[in-house]
Formats: sequence, structure tokens, C-alpha cells
Amino acid sequence: MVSKLTVSPSPHIKSPVSTSSIMMNVSAALIPAGIVSVLTFGYRALILIAVTVATCVLTEYLFCRLMKQRQTVGDFSAVVTGLLLAYNLPSTLPIWMAVVGGIFAILFVKCLFGGIGDNFANPAITARIFLLVAFSKEMTTWANPNSYVKACETVTGATPLAILTTGGSVMDTPNMLNMLLGVRGGCLGETAALALLIGGIYLIYKKVITATIPVTILVTVFVMSLITGLNPFYMLVSGGTMIAAFFMATDYVTSPVRESGKIIFGIGVGVIAVLIRAYGSYPEGMSFAILLMNIVTPHINKLTKKMPFGGVK
Amino acid sequence: MGKLFHRSLNGVHVEHHKNTADKKAVKMPIPKQVTLPMIQHMGSESEVLVKVGDEVKVGQKIGEGQGFLCADVHSSVSGTVKSIIDYLTPMGATCKAVVIETDGLQAVSETVVKPEIKNQKDLIEAAKNCGLVGLGGAGFPTHIKLNPKNIDTVDTLVVNGAECEPYITCDTRLMIDNTELLIEGIKLVVKHLNLKEAVIGIENNKPEAIEKLTNLLKDEANINVKTLKSQYPQGGEKVLAFECTGRVIKEGALPADSGVIICNVTTLATLADYVNTGMPLVEKTLTVDGSAIKNPQNITVPLGTSVSDLVEFCGGYVDTPKKILMGGPMMGIALPSDEYIVIKNTNAILAFLPKDAEIFEETACIRCGRCMRACPIDLSPAMLDSAYHTKNIEALKDLKVNLCMECGCCSYVCPARRPLAMYNKLGKQLLRQQQQK
Repeated sequence: MVSKLTVSPSPHIKSPVSTSSIMMNVSAALIPAGIVSVLTFGYRALILIAVTVATCVLTEYLFCRLMKQRQTVGDFSAVVTGLLLAYNLPSTLPIWMAVVGGIFAILFVKCLFGGIGDNFANPAITARIFLLVAFSKEMTTWANPNSYVKACETVTGATPLAILTTGGSVMDTPNMLNMLLGVRGGCLGETAALALLIGGIYLIYKKVITATIPVTILVTVFVMSLITGLNPFYMLVSGGTMIAAFFMATDYVTSPVRESGKIIFGIGVGVIAVLIRAYGSYPEGMSFAILLMNIVTPHINKLTKKMPFGGVK
Repeated sequence: MGKLFHRSLNGVHVEHHKNTADKKAVKMPIPKQVTLPMIQHMGSESEVLVKVGDEVKVGQKIGEGQGFLCADVHSSVSGTVKSIIDYLTPMGATCKAVVIETDGLQAVSETVVKPEIKNQKDLIEAAKNCGLVGLGGAGFPTHIKLNPKNIDTVDTLVVNGAECEPYITCDTRLMIDNTELLIEGIKLVVKHLNLKEAVIGIENNKPEAIEKLTNLLKDEANINVKTLKSQYPQGGEKVLAFECTGRVIKEGALPADSGVIICNVTTLATLADYVNTGMPLVEKTLTVDGSAIKNPQNITVPLGTSVSDLVEFCGGYVDTPKKILMGGPMMGIALPSDEYIVIKNTNAILAFLPKDAEIFEETACIRCGRCMRACPIDLSPAMLDSAYHTKNIEALKDLKVNLCMECGCCSYVCPARRPLAMYNKLGKQLLRQQQQK
């Protein structure tokens, strides 16, 4: 006779997908853009990425230790936050500011709200906005990109969107090839549209995210650009459109759970972002757009509640 | 509805592990002792009709159904009643159980006589005398299922051959090896309940069963085989009814309210067997499998056989198991020991080595929405989880926790390894307690 068997509730099998495997996949999907940023902005990009990731991981580790909570650093979500934050910083940013950003993202936006799953706003985006407000000069000083591809011309330091906002003409901005390959001024990881697209498609293929949010954001940006008289193709590859659509707006915790809600969310992000780009004083509106939509996410979830199959009102 | 915009319900894709699908059921020798509990069905406990020391024969009624939702129990062996014990079912209920020491003769009781079926009443009586319950797993007494209040508006028999649980193949074998008996059972119900048609739903991972049934039924206009995609839980009552007929079983309603009666293939074959021979439900074919079993196979055993006896027949354990399941890995019950016994609705015994019995640590919900996309009936398990933990009765009601059939898709897909199906179960309990107050 055998006894003392494990007794646990059904189901007795589990899908191999876990929180940490998801976060590892997201980190992997961000690698191509990271490589391009190092090629474009040099070793400084690498240092910034390493510092922000380390700060985020360490902050979460220490918080859990000090608060005597279950250690959650193993779920890799702090790595993702660190990567995303680094990709949203200019390569010239003083290192200590990046450290402040990392601590702000994890401690104030994530841990103090209850840790993973309970933060209402995207930590990386909120930290970026915090840094932008606190250190506006440093956050908008762009280095000249290296042209790592022969066919690309060397371009000026200011971001393409900044050139447009300050009255420059499209002629002054980098051409589409430069934009796709990331040879332009801008934050570390947001410049290489193509590399981000590859990462995003990998995430959809791996079923880490559904295509709903990225597709609605890209379509909305395109349509809104037509309406507001901006060049729609240029809007898709400039600023943080790609990284926002595939990586920032798709953060599970801060985006709606149902697909119908994701459509509303995506449209909201696209509309707000283009309106800021077209009429606002900031050159880029993606982070503000996502943060605003993060805040209404609980309401979108309520709005898109689904009647269960066979349910009677 | 459902015809124009036929959509499929959600579910999950699980590894099939149908290792025993090509193994015809083998009859196990009669064990030295069987234990027959008075609860082998959904409903109230039956009353013991025998005393210690009584001689019993195969097919003799030893437990009588009391009350509305109940079923008779018959002796599966011939021998002597050794004791009447208090038995703790794996579900946590207690009931009386008759322990019979077998004499190995398998003498058949005089009460076993072939019934004559002329109308619905006879068929219902037959199901009752057979002690028949839903053999797919739920164990709902068949004589009640075949006797809905609105029989005139019921027009379709949905036959459940989906067998969507991993590992289990006993229904598959029945559809292949006892095809004629199954068809007889279907015809009996269709004829005497005056139904228009029958639809047999089978997942497409059982091509042999589909082919055999389709061939034998090609001249039967009103019995059709419906091939379903292999997706758990196609065999769930509401899911199967929808996939086979497009009809929706409404909240709080019975399948009969939507004009369907749903029966498992083994239930129907057993009914036909009773009508042919008069022998009540005394044996069960089940799948014995899992990483800890030496020779996984399908076996036919007398009801009341202990798990340890049937594992021994299957060559014993490879190594000490860490988990033994009664039923499939998605909805089966984990047994604390192998002293438990096979009852009417047991369709599998699965024993697993420690490597397959991992206990997962539950972490925080990351709101990925996977549970919502997996739920066949569009519930919101993540929200029910938080409603349960905050004891929010209104939210539990609003989110319709009572519709949950505990299929386990949500728990299966949850990357945070949260036991969402269990929380739904607890949520239902909480709601019930509150409503009783």
C-alpha cells in the first residue's frame, strides 16, 4: 500500500508558460533593439542599459528583503522594466539620473503599490516621464548617432520629431531608411523601428502578447496622422511609436484584459499620442498617451465585461 | 442561433497522452475482496439491504436508492458480506460501504432477468434497476436524466464520445470494440423517448472510432457522428451541447430545457447491455496509466475493486508514486492512498512519479488575461479570484461564479500558477453560505 500521496486540487497539469518565462521572452525580444542602440550610440548605451537593469533588479530585491515579503525578483519583471526604461533614455544621460529613474520605477510605481500585478501605471513609462520633468535638459539632449550602415547618411543630433515640432521641415529629418535602421537622434532603444518590429513579431509569435494592442495603435497613429496632416509613414517609425506599441502599451498589468478593451486602449493611445505630436509643445506624446490610458484601464475593463456563455441577466 | 454565426467555445490544448488508445480492455480476475460504497453517484446515500454474514450473488441488489436523486447498488461479485464499514469517499463525504469477500464463483443472482422494454416508462425503470448513472464522470442517475418534465419538447440525444481528458481512452475503446452495443443504446433512447435525432460528438484525435461509427451508421438518417476539434473541454456538457447542436444551455437550466439529453457513450452501451441481459451495472472498464504504472492498459474490473489490486494487475508501480488520480489530470481527484476503490463513474486511475507531481508555488496575478481567453464559457477567473479573496459576494454573483463547471482551463494556463478553478469552487461555496443566512 502506498500512502502520504500528494493531494492537491485539479487540474493536476499546468501549462509550461510561467510569469518568468513570459518576462524572459520579453527581455529576449528587446535584445535586437539593444544591439542596434549600442551600434548607433556606442558603449555608453551599453553602460546605461546595464546600470538601469541592475538598479531595477537590486531595488526590487532590497525592497522584498527589507519589507520581509516573498522575494519576487526571480520573475524577471524588474529586468524588463530596467530594459524598457533604459531604452527610453538618451545615451548622454548622466548615470546617476538613470539610477534615480530605476529606483523611481520599481520603488514608487511598482513596489509601493503592491508589486507586480498591482501597479496601476507602467513603471518604465512613469519613470521616464518623471525624469523628463525633473531633468528636462538632460532628458532632451541627444547625441549624434553613428552610422553603422554605409548607405545611411550621418544625421544631426536632435530627434526627428523635435525637428518637426520646432518648425523644421521634413527635409531636415533623416530619411526613411535611417529611421527604420535607427540611425537617428533619440532615446537608446526607440530609434530602431525595424529591430523593435522584429522583437514585437517574436512576442506575438510566442503568444506572449496578442496583436490587438500593437495593431490598433499603429493603425490609429496612421489614420490620425492623415487627419492632422502629418506624414503617416514617418509617424509610424519615428519617436517611440514602435517600442510603445509592442512593448510599453502591451504591459499586462496596466492594459485591459479583454481583447475588446485592448482595442479601445490602443485607439486611445494612438489618438492622444498623435494629438500631442501635432498640437502639443512636447515633441513626443507616446509616454503620456500610455500613462493616461493606464489610468482609465480599470474603467475599460468594467466597460468590456462579457456576459458568460449561457448567462442570464 | 448558432447556425449562422457558428463560433467555437474556448478551451485549452493539452498534451493528449492517449497511450492506451490501441489497447483493448482486458478483464481483470476477481479480487479477493470488494468494497461497495452506498454513494457511487451524484445524490443521496443508498440504504444497505444486506447484513454481515449474508451470501450475495452477482447482480443482487445490496443498496436501495432513497429519495429523488439516488441510484441502486448491486453486488459485483458472489461471496459473503464480511463487514459494513464507514467509508470516506475521495470527495470527502462519508457513507456506508459493504465489504464482500469473494468466492470466485461469480454465481449470478436469480433476480437477473432480461427486462422487456415497450415504452419510455419501461426504459426509465430499466435504467433504475440497472443502477445506471452517468459514467462519463459526473455520476448523475440516468433514470432521472431520461425522465425530464418537458419530454415533449426534447428532440435530440447528444452522445458524449469526446473523451477530452488526457490519458483516458476507455470510451475510445468502447466506441471501437462495442460499437454495435453503443448504437443499440442510442436507438433505445431515441425510440422510447420519441426523439428526432441523435448526434455523437467525438474529438478528431479518435479517427478509428469516428470511422467505425460512421460506417455502421451510414444507413441511419437520424443518428449522426459529429467530429469535434481536439480541445479540452469538448466533453463538458454545455460545451458539447453547443458544439453538436448549436444550442445554449442557459444559466440554472437543465439540458432538457434546451431540448437535449446528453449521455456518455459508456452509459448508453451499459443501458443496452442491461436491456439485453438483465445484468445491472456491476463492472467498469477504465484506463490505468501514468508514469508510475508498469503496464498501462484498459481493464474491466468488478465495481469495488481497490486501486492497489488493479495496479498490481497492471504490473505494479515502476517506483513509489507521489500522486494517484481518480479520473483525468484536468478534473480528476487526487487520492491520499491507493486504498480507495473503483466506483461506477471512475474512468481512470492514473499514478504519477514525483517528477510529474510537482506542486507549484502560487504568485501574484499579472492580469495577462490568459484565463479569460481559455474559459470555455467566458467567465473572468482573474476577477473571480479577487472577488473571492475580498469576500465580495455581489461581485461573485455579478461575475456568475455559479456557471463555472470547474473544468480547470484557467488554472492550467495561469502563468502565476494560481489555482483559479479551486477559487471558483470556494467562491461558489461562499455564495451558498451567504444565501443560506
